[in-house]
Amino acid sequence: MSTQTTAHGQIESVSGPVVTATDLDAQMNDVVYVGEEGLMGEVIEIEGDVTTLQVYEETSGIRPGEPVESTGEPLTVDLGPGLLDSIYDGVQRPLEILEEEMGAFLDRGVDAPGIDLDTEWEFEPTVEEGEKVGPGDVVGIVEETVSIDHKIMVPPDSEGGEVTEIEAESYTVKEPVAKLSSGEEIQMHQEWPVRTARPAAEKQTPTTPLISRQRILDGLFPLAKGGTAAIPGPFGSGKTVTQHQLAKWADADIVVYVGCGERGNEMTEVIEDFPELEDPISGNPLMARTTLIANTSNMPVAARESSVYTGITMAEYFRDMGYNVALMADSTSRWAEAMREISSRLEEMPGEEGYPAYLGSRLAQFYERAGYFENVNGTEGSVSVIGAVSPPGGDFSEPVTQNTLRIVNVFWALDADLSERRHFPAINWNESYSLYRDQLDPWYEENVARDFPELRQWAIDILDEETELLEIVQLVGKDALPDDQQLTLEIARYIREAWLQQNAFHEVDTSCTPEKTYRMLQAIKTFDEAAFEALDAGVPVDEISSVDALPRLNRMNTTEDWDPFIEELEDEITAQLEARY
Amino acid sequence: MKEYRTITDVSGPLVFVETDEPIGYDEIVEIETPDGDVKRGQVLETSGDIVAIQVFEGTEGIGRDASVRFLGETLKMPVTEGLLGRVLDGSGQPIDGGPEIVPDERRDIVGAAMNPFAREYPREFIQTGISALDGMNTLVRGQKLPLFSGSGLPHNDLALQIARQATVPEEEESGEESEFAVVFGAMGITREEANEFIEDFERTGALERSTLFLNLADDPAVERTITPRLALTTAEYLAFEKGYHILVILTDMTNYCEALREIGAAREEVPGRRGYPGYMYTDLAQLYERAGRIEGQEGSITQIPILTMPGDDDTHPIPDLTGYITEGQIYVDRGLNSQGVAPPVDVLPSLSRLMDEGIGEGLTREDHGDLSDQLYAAYAEGEDLRDLVNIVGREALSERDNTYLDFADRFEAEFVDQGFSNNRDIEETLSIGWELVSMFPKAELNRIDEDLIEEYYLEDEAEVEA
Repeated sequence: MSTQTTAHGQIESVSGPVVTATDLDAQMNDVVYVGEEGLMGEVIEIEGDVTTLQVYEETSGIRPGEPVESTGEPLTVDLGPGLLDSIYDGVQRPLEILEEEMGAFLDRGVDAPGIDLDTEWEFEPTVEEGEKVGPGDVVGIVEETVSIDHKIMVPPDSEGGEVTEIEAESYTVKEPVAKLSSGEEIQMHQEWPVRTARPAAEKQTPTTPLISRQRILDGLFPLAKGGTAAIPGPFGSGKTVTQHQLAKWADADIVVYVGCGERGNEMTEVIEDFPELEDPISGNPLMARTTLIANTSNMPVAARESSVYTGITMAEYFRDMGYNVALMADSTSRWAEAMREISSRLEEMPGEEGYPAYLGSRLAQFYERAGYFENVNGTEGSVSVIGAVSPPGGDFSEPVTQNTLRIVNVFWALDADLSERRHFPAINWNESYSLYRDQLDPWYEENVARDFPELRQWAIDILDEETELLEIVQLVGKDALPDDQQLTLEIARYIREAWLQQNAFHEVDTSCTPEKTYRMLQAIKTFDEAAFEALDAGVPVDEISSVDALPRLNRMNTTEDWDPFIEELEDEITAQLEARY
Repeated sequence: MKEYRTITDVSGPLVFVETDEPIGYDEIVEIETPDGDVKRGQVLETSGDIVAIQVFEGTEGIGRDASVRFLGETLKMPVTEGLLGRVLDGSGQPIDGGPEIVPDERRDIVGAAMNPFAREYPREFIQTGISALDGMNTLVRGQKLPLFSGSGLPHNDLALQIARQATVPEEEESGEESEFAVVFGAMGITREEANEFIEDFERTGALERSTLFLNLADDPAVERTITPRLALTTAEYLAFEKGYHILVILTDMTNYCEALREIGAAREEVPGRRGYPGYMYTDLAQLYERAGRIEGQEGSITQIPILTMPGDDDTHPIPDLTGYITEGQIYVDRGLNSQGVAPPVDVLPSLSRLMDEGIGEGLTREDHGDLSDQLYAAYAEGEDLRDLVNIVGREALSERDNTYLDFADRFEAEFVDQGFSNNRDIEETLSIGWELVSMFPKAELNRIDEDLIEEYYLEDEAEVEA
């Protein structure tokens, strides 16, 4: 971030994170440095001579009359090698550097560049002198981490031209790696304003799933690469665990995890765990594909507001390189609350529940930055966004949930009833949906099994039927139901307990490939078919549901060598049932 | 120091003063009334010539002729190890008749945010001796775990039981000091309730290792907004300077939030849900997030805030926002309390988010996680069936269902209802758990690993039931 300043003014008033200044010549969204300590802030309103600022740091002790300086530039992020395996606050200050400089507690007035300016990277050109390059074109490669080759691109706002000088060598991010005929020098470091989407050639319809290795997601409510999903749920229903599972197991090239106004210890867990965990695709440490943004609930509220923009700008940058990026934002409600807090300090006319009237449009703008894109350099890349929502009292009718649902295509509804009985992931199968199902089916048919969509429909039908039957059971008891319906309840129970439930803390069960997801469900279907044949042959329901092999359906999830296990289990269930008639 | 006699407005807890020099945001102010009373306050908003001040002790007696002094610094808490064993009022003045406090340091009470990169993930099991916690909702050192209660429920007894019994078995075995020092912050509780705490601390000798901050029901409401900050600043000093393991008990957070609302209303802010300020989430987070461990540091802060849910409604903004910040919650249940269950903890909606990392082989016991999952699932099923049994009667239920009903009854009577003075170690808690799940046939225990069932299942129990 540039620290040159172009305009000076004075503080007029201070109220929490909102400061007004006079005599400041600045544009909307310009970054400013406030007070003698130089606290970072941003212009959010201009009214005559009075400029209103939101300050990203604690404002205790700041007085009217202290200076304000404008940088004349909007809030930007530093992009370049060094982003991965890093952890930032909401305005891209590296938390590791901040700890070195000010100890365990976050002091204020300290700034640090988002990427290290001194590290030298081995640059490997991919174009030759004399070749023409345009905006977004890749001129070379840097091995940023063991997992990821960082592609050095001509900035999107460049004119382009003929490469006149390019050489393989080690450079720092600010040194020119290539020179163009226009006189422009290309360096690895780029800056981009966070509130502006990076340009792309075309947005396409996503047709590949983002495989999460979570059975209920891949099996029933799949997300596409480049898709958008929301996970609303009351506290304790497992939003964060689901987000962590996605960050660990999703088959994305890059993961950007934004901890927006959530718990400090949860971010620490990610910082401690991810370096130890393996990336399921490459086998390298998970951090080698991950960038973390941690603006916890007690960190300044204005920086929380900007954290999601910082995250998505980084995601777009990696997308431009042709990568599939997954961004998790936990939680978008805290982001919306930060907007509300700032808005109320500005004394804006509130909309629903005190949220500003522009809540819906801000959410829409953010989610619209997701998608499967053809980039300006001709490559294809995607940004998938998964936003957690924390509705007050678990009530989905509140404004943030409702405005989010209008935009996203996948809805994973978390349910306190399920989490109370420790059914995890506590995703309600009746309320959740995925609008990508149909466009992803060809992929599933080709890569998992031809009859995958049919099998899924069978499971959905059984679960629907169970919901209806349970209403009757509540009135008359289970024994009053006819035999075939009792059997359906039994089968539905196995779908719920053996298939939908998945233990994130079990070393085998934590990750389940689509193939295993398919086979496990098929095994329950095998039981279903054999059981109804037995019922038709006159075997009572009690006997069917007490065959020895059945409880082993509950062990499929934790069995590492699942293929022979399931095959044998299917045979035994069928044989044992047939033996009864 | 300049004195102003330029008060323009007094409105509820707020005073507005005209000044001719710039005043810092959050600065401390002294206001002297004509009859010599000195009240303290804090700058809420400052602009070139007018300053809004929130007065902690109430604005009674303040008129346009009162004089105002700006102290030029933000509110600080004088901290020293000597605070242990002392009783202070809600703004940090000693009220126990003891000697004056000689501070080592004066610390800003707002407290900077802990860098998540510097934190250490909490994973040391705290044995509270209470089965409903240890077995089902394990507390770990550095966690913030609130008690969600209601008026008239014995949450204080539960908090005291935790304070009395909490220990870290691992360290106890190796001969290390594993007792907690207690920092107690009371906001708007009655004198009687406060005495209950003080007497219990005195009786057990815990007072020597405790610091008490008391803002009682008849103390000024606005002062409640600083009491927990004073308590937490003291806790941070003791934990991260002096290496103590601190248990912070804050009660009652509901009173704290009402004080926030009162100030918000007086400032004519745009209110959020139910009139509480829109920034209440951030404000509460700034308290609750001051729990934890720091990498490479000896001490820790574990927080047990207590709140009484208005109308026992956990969707009310106070419990709701709290639940989103804290690492779980313990429900104190009215139904169980009237059945005489002590402590009346409803384990189903209760949760400890840090449990998974704090239990298991080497920490508690290898079977702990699976066993508690099974107890949860079985108790939840039993609870469901209770609704059904009211309609159709027990006879209409299958044998399997009847076992679940019996299980739910025994779970409450044997596992949860242990009394406020009974201290069970984790082995005892787990073996009661196994006695209960052994009511079911082995095949029914789908949450427990087969090897563990082989090792711990009690064959006799199932036969007795059969």
